[in-house]
Amino acid sequence: MTGTHPGPGHLTHTGGMVRAIVRRDRIRIAVWVGAIVLMVGTSAAATKGLFPTQADLDTAAVASNSPAVIAFNGPPLALDTLGGQVAFQIGAPVLVIAALMSILMIGRLTRGEEEAGRLELVRSLPVGRHAPLVAAGLVVTAMNVTLGVLIALALLGTGLDLFGSVTFALEFVVLGLVFAAVTLVTSQITENTRLAYGLAGALLAVSFVLRAIGDMHGGGLSWLSPIGWVQQSRAWAGERWWPFAFALAVAAALVGTAAAMLTRRDLGAGLVPPRPGRATARPGLRSPLALAVRLQRGTVVGWCAGVAFGGIAYGSITNSIEAFVRDNPQLADLLVASGGGASLVESYLATATRIVALIGAGYSIQSILHLRSEETSLRAEPVLASPVSRMRWAAAYMVVAAAGSVIVLAVAGVSIGISAAITTGDASLVARMFAASLSYTPALWVFVAVGVALSGLLPRVAVGTWATVAVAFVITMFAALLDLPQWIVDLSPFEHVPLLPAQGFAWTPIVALLAVAAALGGAGVAGLRHRDIG
Amino acid sequence: MSTASERSASPAIEVHDVVKTFGATRALDGLDLVIAPGEVHGFLGPNGSGKTTTIRVLLGLLRADSGHVRLLGGDPWADAVELHRRLAYVPGDVSLWPKLSGGEIIDLLARLRGDVDERRRDELIERFELDPTKKARTYSKGNRQKVGLIAALASHVELLVLDEPTSGLDPLMESVFQECIREAIGEGRTVLLSSHILAEVEALCDRVSIIRAGRTVEAGTLAELRHVRRTSVAAELARAVDLAGVVGVHDLVVDRGTGGARIACSVDNDRLDDVLRRLGAGTIESLRCSPPTLDELFLRHYGEGQVRG
Repeated sequence: MTGTHPGPGHLTHTGGMVRAIVRRDRIRIAVWVGAIVLMVGTSAAATKGLFPTQADLDTAAVASNSPAVIAFNGPPLALDTLGGQVAFQIGAPVLVIAALMSILMIGRLTRGEEEAGRLELVRSLPVGRHAPLVAAGLVVTAMNVTLGVLIALALLGTGLDLFGSVTFALEFVVLGLVFAAVTLVTSQITENTRLAYGLAGALLAVSFVLRAIGDMHGGGLSWLSPIGWVQQSRAWAGERWWPFAFALAVAAALVGTAAAMLTRRDLGAGLVPPRPGRATARPGLRSPLALAVRLQRGTVVGWCAGVAFGGIAYGSITNSIEAFVRDNPQLADLLVASGGGASLVESYLATATRIVALIGAGYSIQSILHLRSEETSLRAEPVLASPVSRMRWAAAYMVVAAAGSVIVLAVAGVSIGISAAITTGDASLVARMFAASLSYTPALWVFVAVGVALSGLLPRVAVGTWATVAVAFVITMFAALLDLPQWIVDLSPFEHVPLLPAQGFAWTPIVALLAVAAALGGAGVAGLRHRDIG
Repeated sequence: MSTASERSASPAIEVHDVVKTFGATRALDGLDLVIAPGEVHGFLGPNGSGKTTTIRVLLGLLRADSGHVRLLGGDPWADAVELHRRLAYVPGDVSLWPKLSGGEIIDLLARLRGDVDERRRDELIERFELDPTKKARTYSKGNRQKVGLIAALASHVELLVLDEPTSGLDPLMESVFQECIREAIGEGRTVLLSSHILAEVEALCDRVSIIRAGRTVEAGTLAELRHVRRTSVAAELARAVDLAGVVGVHDLVVDRGTGGARIACSVDNDRLDDVLRRLGAGTIESLRCSPPTLDELFLRHYGEGQVRG
């Protein structure tokens, strides 16, 4: 098509790009927004059902005002009101999921398109230099605003008041926009989409930990965290919106930075140039297994750093749990009354280990899905066209995913153990937390096996393996709150692993999980050997 | 392992009446392809005609629904690993691991096949002017293609399976590729060269198979195919001659000038003698006859406007 288009505009055809994105990603967009709204809406309704009277709320305010819960959820504000409980119970984990939505969408729409080479085609058309970036920003902004409106409506439907509901909904919108802006910047820095996700994700993890420590100690560290900023809007607890204005100003500055970076770099390049590689391969790079290790060693190191950071953060507040209980005899009595026998510290550490292991399951899935991505990217083709059997090719990725899972769990356990041992002075915690974390190995292997089974038998939906860990996450975090039936809770492999060190070790669930993993993995491999590749 | 004499006795590639469907799509619909050992065989067809699907069946990545497929005397699905020791493959769009360098990938693929001739590898890297230290992420299409070609050509295998291997290469590199293939021919290797670049096939191949919509429409030597083709004729004449309606004359264009005329047409080869006599009657001032090209072959099989897919 020839003809005139409006000048040398940097934004020419932004509207067309927005339409193209929405048409292509409409299902992805709907699933993200719908899932988060569903999570918030059901949690709010469940909270209301859980605490029908003021007396219930008063008891809950005491019970939930514990540093462990605060570390996971956020600042304890107005916990004796329904709104305060809703905001607290939904808390930081769901905010993190909303931020992940923005990170993954922006990364995919900007650097992902560029790395795949599709942006080159788009930019060769009469499309403004900034149009793809602005279009991505507009789509993700619209996603966040839609998310906010639906959350506000869901909360109003629960019977909560307007101002608090809008404020709480704005927490999601503003946090999403901040991390959309962060990802716009990281996508300019590196030419590698995964690294752009990684940098933004690392910042999200740091934000979570900073606000966990800050909220625990009621101190200023929360103000270094974007999650802390939005939670300081105090929904249903004396709302104030100026933290939103602050967060949005930071986001605007980041967007400006990204736009400036974009004009200073070439298409396809990052601001940080890639280093040259080796002219010849190391002698060891001669098998599919060596290739799988070579491809994923950075991923393993990244996840180890992530779980180590989380483990150290959770471990380091162990001591505060004891102190908190000392100062709150009322809470201690309540916990003793609720039974269990285990000490508060042990219960806390068991929960923290389960959460860090859940994060580690992210590695297991990312790793095993190489089986599928190698196939769809056609990189499996030259390997399978050489004298390498499908079995040997698949085994390489299975070994790396399974062994990497053990490494990630070991690092997580040692991190929690060492930091808990240092803060409490109980050296035995290192070995105990190491064992506690490694006991999740069979659970992670089940996720690896799910990835193999889907890649082998239902390759088109292999990426759905992520949904299984999302379900496990929801079960672990919200089973009690949502009062899920036991059969649903039992679907999560994590719920079958004994809560070490609060509970004793048991072989039966471990063996059962290993059997499930072996069956799923075997079925997947059989499927891979008999179907068409590519 | 079969002996050399056994190999030469049976075709290197033998495909008969192969059908492969993907859902409702019939990608291969009774395809035939026979390649003798030591032959360089051009595999021609527009995009979507089934060339890549055929090659994937030959590599054991896809299983044919029906029909007979033999590769180097074995079954490509059941004996994939053993057969792959004896062949090298270059896809049409070489997909590489973004974080590995070109040099690492060349070595890896060669080692997976079992033999690395380092001297030959270094020589090919030089001839193709590839920088092996760059990460694959930063390679252009042409450079990715070079990585695939070097990895395949550096090995001493008996069969090269090349699926549009020169897409993205500049003309200089294309001539390096042709040199390398001629060397491979000299070493007695068998080559399956899928292409829609006709000059490349004309320059290299002994025999060609032309496929369309998953079916072989023509197979034979280039000479055999030329036989049924037409010759393009362009002439300037002192006096106009009327060729309209003459048997064997097609696509006639007449440009009458002052006194003389320019005539362009295509002529069936068996009517050439008659047409040239008629032109002579108008006193030829200049004459250009071009032999049929594979371009025209394509035009004839696929109709105008569909060439070069």
